[in-house]
Amino acid sequence: MGAGIAIVAARSGYNVVCYDTAEAPLAKTVKQTEGFFQKSVERGKMTEADRDAVLARFERTTDIVRLAACDLVIEAVFENLEVKRNLLAQLAAVCRPDTIFGSNTSTLSITEIASGCPNPERVVGMHFCLPAQLMKLVEMSPGILTSDAVFKAAWDWTLACGQIPVRTQDKPGFILNALLVPFNNDAIRAIEAGVADAKSIDTAIKVGLGYKMGPLELIDLIGLDTQVRLCEAFYPITLDPRAACPPLLRRMVAAGLLGRKSGRGFYNYDGNAMFGA
Amino acid sequence: MSHAIMTYAIQQQGDSRSFPAGDAFLTGATKDADVVLHLGAPFKADAGKKAVLVELNAECLAEHVDEADPSCKNVLGFARYRNGGDAPSKLIELVRLPVTDAAAIDAAKAVFEAAGFTVVVCADQPGRILDRLLRPKYNAALRFLDEGLATAQDMDTTCKLGLGYPDGPIERVMRGGLKHHHDVTRALFETYGTAAYAPPRLAVAAAKRGAR
Repeated sequence: MGAGIAIVAARSGYNVVCYDTAEAPLAKTVKQTEGFFQKSVERGKMTEADRDAVLARFERTTDIVRLAACDLVIEAVFENLEVKRNLLAQLAAVCRPDTIFGSNTSTLSITEIASGCPNPERVVGMHFCLPAQLMKLVEMSPGILTSDAVFKAAWDWTLACGQIPVRTQDKPGFILNALLVPFNNDAIRAIEAGVADAKSIDTAIKVGLGYKMGPLELIDLIGLDTQVRLCEAFYPITLDPRAACPPLLRRMVAAGLLGRKSGRGFYNYDGNAMFGA
Repeated sequence: MSHAIMTYAIQQQGDSRSFPAGDAFLTGATKDADVVLHLGAPFKADAGKKAVLVELNAECLAEHVDEADPSCKNVLGFARYRNGGDAPSKLIELVRLPVTDAAAIDAAKAVFEAAGFTVVVCADQPGRILDRLLRPKYNAALRFLDEGLATAQDMDTTCKLGLGYPDGPIERVMRGGLKHHHDVTRALFETYGTAAYAPPRLAVAAAKRGAR
């Protein structure tokens, strides 16, 4: 996710410092970004000279001190409150007092993340959608203590990058996941209840509403284990029964049926063919 | 899937949500046919037909027939999905009973698919597939609106840009009509009894003031 956000910033003319604690993920980021811009050249969307200019705006480092001069730091680390809090505390120690800290969290509270920072008024939610380099949407959320000036500056930066921001309150899942996670669970529960099979449910959604993908196809794409993690993030906070993990989902994950990445989820994947499971 | 050509007859009483007056499907009906559709007309068993289809609104098929009666093995319910006052979609939800024969399902599918519809088969449960799945989502979106999570426009934009939906939940439920949403969710809530189906404030208010 971090690589996608870095691409968004760099192609908009910003200098980008990619920081990670280890070399291996940084090397992966380099490969992803170079590959992305090379494809852009091959598809005639940019010249080789433009590609080289964009890539020259990237710096990679495992030294957090290299972020000291940044105006905006967007974290996209593991979705864990303590990890994010600790990172913000480290960033606050090395960055200028006016550096804005954006969090790409999709489920956690911006206010709680900001509590790891001695000046939480500079922390703002900036949730990009996967893949960030292709998706225009950014859910932007102020925490309770976020200053108006910081929110506006982050909003303006998002616009300057050609993204489309929407404003949400600092609530679990913001808009996207707050609507999607329970909806996906409901589709699984419909199978559990014997209402219909996966293919019928997805077909009904696609034909009836014109969606490109049904909920069970989507869960297969993001991973059944990811859906479990989303449930585990949401349910304890919201106590919404629709956010609770459906038993069928847990059983399928226990059986190793994780979706596309394991070759089978609600559908079987044999090459490019899909079959109802 | 290809099916044998099936002819169909229609018994109609009053308006049909699935096939409004002038719908092309109505013109394809014949008098003596393999399959008979009841559009608002009282259900009448006919063991001589390959399938007897009962149009459903919010109700279950079991409100028309005894779901355990083996003489009803050729009886199915159906509804063409329609978002409130929107034009009907190309989707037919075909409702089967525990006693339903596979041959009756094939006959019903043949009739609808020959007319260009996509058919999905589901059990006889309130809300079938779509209202069961969609109404709680619309309820959540309307509640979020009340709570100030985001504006209606931002919620719709999020769903369109983030998920590729052709429209957002608020614009869809508003376009379909809050009164319609109220009526559907109230029926679901009475059956399931879970908060997710409870009609939301905006829909209750619309119903009470007699809005669409």
